[in-house]
Amino acid sequence: MSAVLELRGVTKAYGSHEVLRGIDLEVGEHEAVALIGASGSGKSTLLRCVDLLEEIDDGDILLDGEAITVPGRNPVPVRRRLGLVFQAYNLFPHRSVIENVILGAVKAQGMPDKEARAAGQTLLERFGLGNRGGDYPDRLSGGQQQRVAIARALLTKPRALLLDEVTSALDPELVGEVLEVIRELKQEGMTMLIATHEMGFAREVADEVCYLQDGQIIERGSPEEIFVSPSKPDTQRFLARLLAADRI
Amino acid sequence: MISTVSTIVVIGGLLTLLITSPGWPAVKQTFFSWSVFRSSFSQVLAGFWLDVRLFLVVEVVVLIAGLLIAMCRTTRAPALFPLRLIAIVYVDVLRGVPTILVVYLIGFGVPALMLSGVPTGAVVLGGFALALCYAAYVSEVFRAGIESIHPSQAGAALALGLTQTQAMRHVVLPQAVRRVVPPLLNDFISLQKDVALISVLGPQEAFRVAQIFAASQFNYTPLIAAALLYLCVTIPLTRIVDRMQARSVRERGAAVALGPR
Repeated sequence: MSAVLELRGVTKAYGSHEVLRGIDLEVGEHEAVALIGASGSGKSTLLRCVDLLEEIDDGDILLDGEAITVPGRNPVPVRRRLGLVFQAYNLFPHRSVIENVILGAVKAQGMPDKEARAAGQTLLERFGLGNRGGDYPDRLSGGQQQRVAIARALLTKPRALLLDEVTSALDPELVGEVLEVIRELKQEGMTMLIATHEMGFAREVADEVCYLQDGQIIERGSPEEIFVSPSKPDTQRFLARLLAADRI
Repeated sequence: MISTVSTIVVIGGLLTLLITSPGWPAVKQTFFSWSVFRSSFSQVLAGFWLDVRLFLVVEVVVLIAGLLIAMCRTTRAPALFPLRLIAIVYVDVLRGVPTILVVYLIGFGVPALMLSGVPTGAVVLGGFALALCYAAYVSEVFRAGIESIHPSQAGAALALGLTQTQAMRHVVLPQAVRRVVPPLLNDFISLQKDVALISVLGPQEAFRVAQIFAASQFNYTPLIAAALLYLCVTIPLTRIVDRMQARSVRERGAAVALGPR
């Protein structure tokens, strides 16, 4: 079976600064792949490139076996097949929670408003936000906003969900409620590519963990391999630093 | 309490000084003649009605044109670069030229061309000239608003699969417009006053009518009447703007207190 997402030798530079230097990666159906690494290692850029918010310089990205990074190709239909959740939620402050959730489905996919509202309401209820649909985002806690953002990305029924450090902006006590939602999605078989600083979570949820450093995947393997017996010195140093900082 | 007494004393003192000064009867006769006011007011008011109608029409045109120019200026699409360039030149030129010069140039220049099918009415051409200038000012207000919306908002809209146009229309513009309502109203107060500039082209608007009265009767009361009419519109407008500005400061303060955006 071919992978849902596949990256082949992807490079990306901003001016002379190379952010991604030949990334090869596969995310299979129902798989969750975690990207770990220090800030600035290229995790976010990689996700933005996959969602075609950034243009790659070289290499290919394939979605369901079809190259999506063909120059001149309209990125909009591809983005409609993927869901991206941001570190800072990026909810639309001028729209209510339910309107945030349905905007993509209604405007981008042409779902009838009524149907989208019903589906959106179901998702909100599932995430424990059933009574917050009429509120504006600034009335919600960070954890609630991030769950709304996940609901917003899910309503368009994406082929894969891209999660960009979705708990990094949250107060520690709110991290759990967001991770719980992602855990559930994984159990339901959602295909996910997850950039994260939460090592415990990556270990628990991911099928494969990739350690990124300076735009390259230094080491990859099962969570056990990476977290228990990393083979590369760079990975060992990174994990040792986290351990010293009490982050694992 | 103290402020009330103080105000009465100071204002009363100044008024007494003014009225008892030797030149006061002449001033009163020249600027505040009740009989001249009565005889001229209805015509000045009729002229002012023309100002108000012209203002309303020009305002609508300016809003639409200003928004279009702002969108041309903020577009990043390479294919639309010429549009962007034209918008930049347009705004630079019309913002940098006195409005009265543009009114004069269009109002007298266009009829001199004697083109067929082009309107030559002074009100129409004057209004067109005002719209040209104010579209440039207003486009800058809109542009500031659009650029004040963080790119991550458009990014989130694109990630949902919206097109650039949809992201602009449903996500960026609604937020941008809300943010610039107070400065927009400021520009409209200016426009409301600048409508008087078309008087150089001859239409019988308030200032022009008052001027004719003043010249024929050697009395400036009609101009005071016109001024009062302008104030009746602009002072309430200014108060509304002040209130909106205070509110938007409060709202933004609250948003900051609620944490990261």
